[in-house]
Amino acid sequence: MKILVPVKRVVDYNVKIRVKADGTGVDLANVKMSMNPFDEIAVEEAVRLKEAGVASEIVVVSIGVQQAQETLRTGLAMGADRAILIKSDAPVEPLGVAKLLKAVVEEEQPGMVIVGKQAIDDDANQTGQMLSALLGWGQGAFASGIKVEGDVASVTREIDGGLQNVTIKLPAVMTADLRLNEPRYASLPNIMKAKKKPLDTKEAADYGVDIAPRLEVLSTAEPEARKAGIKVESVAELVDKLKNEASVL
Amino acid sequence: MTTLLIAEHNNAALNDATAKALSAALELGGDVDILIAGKDCAAAAEEAAKLSGAAKILVAESDALGHHIAEALSAQVVAMADAYDAIVAPATSVGKNFMPRVAALLDVMQLSEVTKIVSADTFERPTYAGNAIQTVKSADSKKVMTVRTANFAAAASEGSASIENVAAADAPDTTTFVSEELSTSDRPELASARAIIAGGRGLASEEQFNGLLTPIADKLGAAIGASRAAVDAGYAPNDLQVGQTGKVVAPELYIAAGISGAIQHLAGMKDSKVIVAINKDEEAPIFQVADYGIVGDLFDILPELEKAL
Repeated sequence: MKILVPVKRVVDYNVKIRVKADGTGVDLANVKMSMNPFDEIAVEEAVRLKEAGVASEIVVVSIGVQQAQETLRTGLAMGADRAILIKSDAPVEPLGVAKLLKAVVEEEQPGMVIVGKQAIDDDANQTGQMLSALLGWGQGAFASGIKVEGDVASVTREIDGGLQNVTIKLPAVMTADLRLNEPRYASLPNIMKAKKKPLDTKEAADYGVDIAPRLEVLSTAEPEARKAGIKVESVAELVDKLKNEASVL
Repeated sequence: MTTLLIAEHNNAALNDATAKALSAALELGGDVDILIAGKDCAAAAEEAAKLSGAAKILVAESDALGHHIAEALSAQVVAMADAYDAIVAPATSVGKNFMPRVAALLDVMQLSEVTKIVSADTFERPTYAGNAIQTVKSADSKKVMTVRTANFAAAASEGSASIENVAAADAPDTTTFVSEELSTSDRPELASARAIIAGGRGLASEEQFNGLLTPIADKLGAAIGASRAAVDAGYAPNDLQVGQTGKVVAPELYIAAGISGAIQHLAGMKDSKVIVAINKDEEAPIFQVADYGIVGDLFDILPELEKAL
């Protein structure tokens, strides 16, 4: 079975972002970029399925600027076999991404797509579900466990208040939640090897799908800052303040 | 303008998120119908009928809907979508699961986790873990959105809307429900709790996490939360996680014990009314958002706090 893993290049999760003073967006100049952490989990899961003999080939795909090929190389160094970069200089919304991925799925015919549940830049949490709907495939969103048995996957999903277990007919789209696995670090030899793995570059326009944005961002602002309060010296003082000043006890 | 709100419920009872999402849906300015998609969900429908501002309650039932399977829920909503200008659901794990499918099938770009309705086509939503708030205008003729319930007050329960049955839509049988493992406790749910005590890596073990936080939560009638670091370290299950990658909460009282205050955690709790931080590192970023901070060893402070309550 072939597994397709879409990955996104985002601001590294350790970076404290800065909103531009004129409200036109987030300052991305000279900021460290990395693979979206949930997509790393997705790549790791695909690699584990390959190591377990379930998957035969892993293809990573990214939609974005030329530099997104660095993100794809990271995926290749983790264990993916080849990569596809779909170039777009303008940002593509999740709906457009899902349409492009649908076209890639039709070409590549994978048995499973695993994608991170959410990108930590736009926090949209949509792409996997949209892709599943457009393909008419089963959907295992927020997966914390994936077990493949023949043409069915048993999936454990994170839900409010606990876990849900479902079986999903393959092919299907899974979205990776935090506890699915802990992604490996790529070793230096694997990083070197990744440089030689195939990476195809295509243009988003070549796919002939409508990726025009539907949302116009009117402004981007910093959230209202919360003021720091006071330090108290003792538990007794704390309880007194909570009772008599804040009235929350 | 007519809006369809998809209720959050467990068939037997309506979840508090529905009343909050109703307030958001009403702000769009039209009639709001509420869909209860489930199985043997008459009790939830009756509760929904009491919500002030609801025009009518529509009930669709099937086995798959009873388990909130995304393929079935999205097919149901899409089948009903023609009559509506906007489709709204709370941004719960159910809403996040099926709503993007609805949007894709209707060829609409979803608005995720809306925190403010500016007008019928313009909305505020958080990006970058709540560190950059976008104001976005949707060009789609139909709006599909999930709303962050912590930002909206619950609608009152003084109404009496009519209840109608609608046919369950045909849905693909791609996903089959097997079982659910729900944490059984008498504690309030994180999303709707009045008070939350949350622990971080500072608790140092699962035993201490439970042993120190539980008695205080019992006394306060509080929910227990955890930082991502505590979840990653295995001290607490993921459904207790508060933050960008977990739940976003806004209780009256939030006590953060042994939590340094990583950006991603702050994104999940900084709208709490009163924040208390307990940390041995006086430079910890959590103190920058705390109303009351106490610097010291939580292994001394937490037992003392429990006695003082």
